[in-house]
Amino acid sequence: MTNSNLLNIRFISKLGQRGAFAISMEEIAAQDDEIVVLTADLTTLTGLTRFKEKFPEKLINTGIAEQNMVGVAAGMAKEGKNVFVTTYSNFLAMRSYEQIRVQLGYMKSNVKVIGTGSGLAMGMSGNTHYGIEDLTLMRAIPNVMVVSPADGLETVKVIKSAARYQGPMYVRLSGGMKNPIVYNEDYEYEFGKAIQLKNGRDIAIIATGTMVYESLKAAEILHEKGVSASVINMHTIKPLDTAIINDVCLHSNLIVTVEEHSVIGGLGGAVAECLSEIANTPRQVKIGIHDAFQRVGDYQYLLEENNLTGPQIADRIISEYSNDGKNMHEIDGPDTV
Amino acid sequence: MEYTFESDEIENKISFIEKMAGRMREQALKMAYSVGSIGSHIGGGLSMIEIMATLYGGILRFDPDNPEWDNRDRFILSKGHGVLAYYTALAEAGFFSTDELLKFEVSGEFLPGHPILNMEKGIECSTGSLGMGLPFGAGIALAGKMEKKPYLTYVLVGDGECDEGSIWEAAMFASHYHLSNLIVIVDHNKLQYDGPCCDVMNLDNFKAKWESFGWEVTEVDGHNIRDLYHAFSCCTQSAIVKPHVIIASTIKGKGVSFMENNKAWHHSVLSRKQYDQAIEEIRGANND
Repeated sequence: MTNSNLLNIRFISKLGQRGAFAISMEEIAAQDDEIVVLTADLTTLTGLTRFKEKFPEKLINTGIAEQNMVGVAAGMAKEGKNVFVTTYSNFLAMRSYEQIRVQLGYMKSNVKVIGTGSGLAMGMSGNTHYGIEDLTLMRAIPNVMVVSPADGLETVKVIKSAARYQGPMYVRLSGGMKNPIVYNEDYEYEFGKAIQLKNGRDIAIIATGTMVYESLKAAEILHEKGVSASVINMHTIKPLDTAIINDVCLHSNLIVTVEEHSVIGGLGGAVAECLSEIANTPRQVKIGIHDAFQRVGDYQYLLEENNLTGPQIADRIISEYSNDGKNMHEIDGPDTV
Repeated sequence: MEYTFESDEIENKISFIEKMAGRMREQALKMAYSVGSIGSHIGGGLSMIEIMATLYGGILRFDPDNPEWDNRDRFILSKGHGVLAYYTALAEAGFFSTDELLKFEVSGEFLPGHPILNMEKGIECSTGSLGMGLPFGAGIALAGKMEKKPYLTYVLVGDGECDEGSIWEAAMFASHYHLSNLIVIVDHNKLQYDGPCCDVMNLDNFKAKWESFGWEVTEVDGHNIRDLYHAFSCCTQSAIVKPHVIIASTIKGKGVSFMENNKAWHHSVLSRKQYDQAIEEIRGANND
């Protein structure tokens, strides 16, 4: 890793996932004549102002009309365009749900749906703007791949891979500006292949999106308390990496899923469905957003209200692990990373 | 409409389309009867027979031997339940044989109650959920403009379908992006599932609505092939920069006395006796 690359990675992460998306699109559009990006009146708020200046003919603004945007995207994809549509995740995943189902999933259209500001990132905007059901909804549609990158660098990798992938895909961009950095250096990325960031003996934490960083923090705290935890970045929710889940079942006493998403139907739901088909699995604890509309607050407030910070995740895991009658034990040596 | 001159070629074309429409209407009834007690969308299929015959018999450019020919005109059936007219037109156009029409609503076959994308058979889009075909067509038209392709995109919508907000989202979009290569046909039969459109959801000032959204509007008798042919010909020849909508006034259940303007025949089952009468009436009209 050269210094300039390292700086680049830090720079990208400071832009947040949304900024990383926009920078990636500029790079891709410069190389691919067929790229088109559609926005529903959120050019600026999805970070595309510079893209619009550089490639005015490749940015189509549909106005505040998300259903039409997805339909237009499908039509353009039919004619060979490499189409990205983007707006806030809730407006795509919910208002355009049926268009994504029929016009993208059913017809296998080559359209990448980029949902920005998902999870609790929209903070003070309130529940209308929170995207906390998108994973549940998107993964229920046949043919649609569902991806949730962990940080800025992974967002760049996802978007560049998405541009090469043929078919419908939903990409969940979460977190605010200055996303915590998970990856300090370059690494191999492949859709559908989860990344084990930390090996542990007792517990397997499977996390996605912003919660990968918080789970790494939680694992450090657990380590100090004598509990050895693996951390897995499940960046692709569909197709789920069932091989790695099979593997952790053999080596863990407890499986914990962590997501900045409703506890119903997202990563936790997907993993539970997978576990239900494996004999003698460890118990699963689902950590995510409570099944309730939220008291509105800023991003950090909302994370804390939902017990989604690293220390809170560690506390919950220790509590659950103790309830299972497990004893904290001294760790013989450091966990492998 | 008034015409000052008709060439023999156009007269021959119109005569050809009229015969084609007659065969399609009879074939559509056969298909509707063949499905038995599950029934089918008859009323809205029969109202658009002449529109489809005109498009596939004289207006659209396509090649059934090369269904993905790059310069073909694109046709999207947004009112997906209008398959009786759509499938019969595709069979007449040579995308598959008329014998295959009896695969209509047969399990596992390619002709279900709403069309499924199938380029080999000339079907450009899966539809069935209303209001989605026009945005899709607008996307095709925009891509065509960007690439300076010569094809035109035609989208057939129902008048009841225009209750859907996405139709008007697309209407705004098409005029904003000057999609003069997009032609919408409204099958304006004035009846939707629950009854007259004016009672269910009023479409008053329908022409003015489209005009105010920036569209060039032509109103036409949707059962008069000569009028339809000329309306379509004007769209293809004009140098206007607006998208074009043809509001085709039609009769739901057209051609069968007990079905015409009768909401009960939106989706219904034909008895043997009703089928015989319907065929007799259609053949009588075709021989007139």
